[in-house]
Amino acid sequence: METIAIRCRELVKTYAGRPPVEAVRGIDMAVAAGECFGVLGPNGAGKTTTIEILEGLLVATSGEVEILGMQWRQSPDAIREAIGISLQETRFSDKLSVLETLTLFRSFYRRGIAVADAVQRVGLEDKLHAWVKDLSGGQRQRLAVAAAIVGDPRLLFLDEPTTGLDPQSRRQLWEIIRQYGAQGRSVLLTTHYMEEAEQLCDRVAIIDQGEIIALGSPRELITRLGGEHVVEFTLAPQTAGADRTENAWAQFAHVTSSVYEDGCHRLTVTEPHLVIPQILGHLEQRGGQLASLTTRHARLEDVFVQLTGRHLEESPPNT
Amino acid sequence: MNRQTTGGARVANHPLTQLVLSRMREFWRQPAAVFWVYGFPLLMMVALGTAFRNRPVDKIAVTVVAGSQAEAIQKVLQQDERFVGPGGDVEILSPEICRQRLRTGKTLLIVSTDSQSGSNFTFTYDPERPGSVMARDVINNLLQTAAGRRDPATVEDITVREPGGRYIDFLVPGLLGMGLMGGGMWGVGFAIVNLRIRKLLKRYLATPMKRSHFLGSMMISRLLFTVTEVLILVLAARWLFGVVNHGSFVAAAVLVILGACQFGGIGLLVASRAETTETVSGLMNLVMLPMWIGSGVFYSIERFPASLQTVLNLLPLTPLIHSLRSVMQDGVSLLALLPEIGLISLWTVVTFALAMRWFRWQ
Ligand SMILES: Nc1ncnc2c1ncn2[C@@H]1O[C@H](COP(=O)(O)OP(=O)(O)OP(=O)(O)O)[C@@H](O)[C@H]1O
Ligand SMILES: [Mg+2]
Repeated sequence: METIAIRCRELVKTYAGRPPVEAVRGIDMAVAAGECFGVLGPNGAGKTTTIEILEGLLVATSGEVEILGMQWRQSPDAIREAIGISLQETRFSDKLSVLETLTLFRSFYRRGIAVADAVQRVGLEDKLHAWVKDLSGGQRQRLAVAAAIVGDPRLLFLDEPTTGLDPQSRRQLWEIIRQYGAQGRSVLLTTHYMEEAEQLCDRVAIIDQGEIIALGSPRELITRLGGEHVVEFTLAPQTAGADRTENAWAQFAHVTSSVYEDGCHRLTVTEPHLVIPQILGHLEQRGGQLASLTTRHARLEDVFVQLTGRHLEESPPNT
Repeated sequence: MNRQTTGGARVANHPLTQLVLSRMREFWRQPAAVFWVYGFPLLMMVALGTAFRNRPVDKIAVTVVAGSQAEAIQKVLQQDERFVGPGGDVEILSPEICRQRLRTGKTLLIVSTDSQSGSNFTFTYDPERPGSVMARDVINNLLQTAAGRRDPATVEDITVREPGGRYIDFLVPGLLGMGLMGGGMWGVGFAIVNLRIRKLLKRYLATPMKRSHFLGSMMISRLLFTVTEVLILVLAARWLFGVVNHGSFVAAAVLVILGACQFGGIGLLVASRAETTETVSGLMNLVMLPMWIGSGVFYSIERFPASLQTVLNLLPLTPLIHSLRSVMQDGVSLLALLPEIGLISLWTVVTFALAMRWFRWQ
């Protein structure tokens, strides 16, 4: 079995038009077998274009693509048998049931898993006979994932599988994808939720305006930016007063910045274990009390902001 | 036993079977589609068949101008139940009102006496109106006989009523053709564009599904729908109006299948590029409207000028309806219909070829 699930070099896609749109401008990446790889980027970054070229649905303007050691031009059928896909937007036939939809998709593959098995993996057992039009958004996304895995693919492509879902449905889907990855299969997913990439992906490529601007494991990317941690705390009400507005925190050692937002103090620090005792000591002196305190690592979002000067949800400039 | 089950399962799980099943399920679960494909032609048949059913001899509205012999004329006309006035009986009215009625089409003919030229009776009518001319001749006969004319020859009338020559017998093959056209357009054209809009066509393409299976399933489901569609219409026509097929059953079935294929091809062509519902609806109407009007569904195309008929005869629906009528009404054999069949096949082959060339999967 090959060790590389996806490899692409110098991938370029220019949509004809006036003016032509350079959606993808030279992307190189390799996804190892068994890896869950995330493609992250804001709207219009070129995620869908990239993934659809890899899926064989779009033809690249130039560049090479290798899927599971095969090439689209030479063995399209073998690749299609081996991959599973969920498009960014597909509306399955409204008046077919979950069971009927999946049975149809299963029939396209020479080998695969039982429909009941796919249904059970995405937790749609009680909706087996419900029509697609009566499913919730999250259930439809799970159906899309079920249709993607029913051919028992070695490589799974998911284009924004959780966009528009509430946090709970999102977490359910993450669990499904995680279990799938745990079987040693490869997954490539796109998202513009940094948290999703951090939760799910072994490695991520952050792309912006058709180019990869950072590539590595989420941890790596964050540590590469200075290994930052975040300490967040809130104070008990009676402590209120001066401390709220006081900017004493930023003067502590190992604290790089301090923000007060919605009743919560957020300190960016390099050494949380040295900063926290200072905070507690300071409060004790003044008779203040903590209501909560948490520490977390800096997020990929912070990496994106650092690299581009923009937040993920903002549109790229001059578009 | 075991092997049989596996064989059955293999057929059931074949992509072609599954695609056809999905098409059929989607169709049956769409009440609007079921109505337009099955209900509408049926309703049309019932409405038109009833409206033009066993129509008694046409009533002819005539008016008599007040004058010296007006009552005598009225009496003569009352012998024939065809002649009526607006209230039922033929009326005697002033010359002005009579002229006004003629002008507004409320009466077809005015009978008057006391003409200045000295003739006994005067008929005033518009010779362009078919009813008027007939009324003139019939009334002339009645008045002449009443005035004492003796006919030298004796005549005998034998009237026959044979199903086959009625309007409903003419209409049913037309409706069959119209149904095949609508079925191909909605069942293939609209359905495919709908899948394209939903990105399902693209989603299918990302699987190992064979494109030939997809297109094949479209055609197979079309043929299956056609069978029910035709059976419903034909059986209803038979039970309600006693319409029968005077020709060979096989010939009619062959024509129906050819027609279904032809309009399947046209539907596919219409759907080959369209990316929105509006585009495909517009294209479908553009294709269907001329044929509804000009292919002889409701009336014979002989009503159009000869030069126009040459063009209308080339439309896909015209040869289909013509040959269906020839078989069902006159019992003509398929051999005699080779030119029509050739034209239908030509349309089928050309539209399929073009559709295959232009078809866009995403
Ligand atoms: N068919 C097309 N023709 C012309 N331009 C296109 C086409 N498809 C996409 N684009 C453009 O290419 C760029 C990249 O689009 P793409 O869909 O790959 O972005 P994306 O990263 O998937 O965005 P999103 O998060 O909104 O899904 C965009 O500027 C888009 O407008
Ligand atoms: Mg996208």
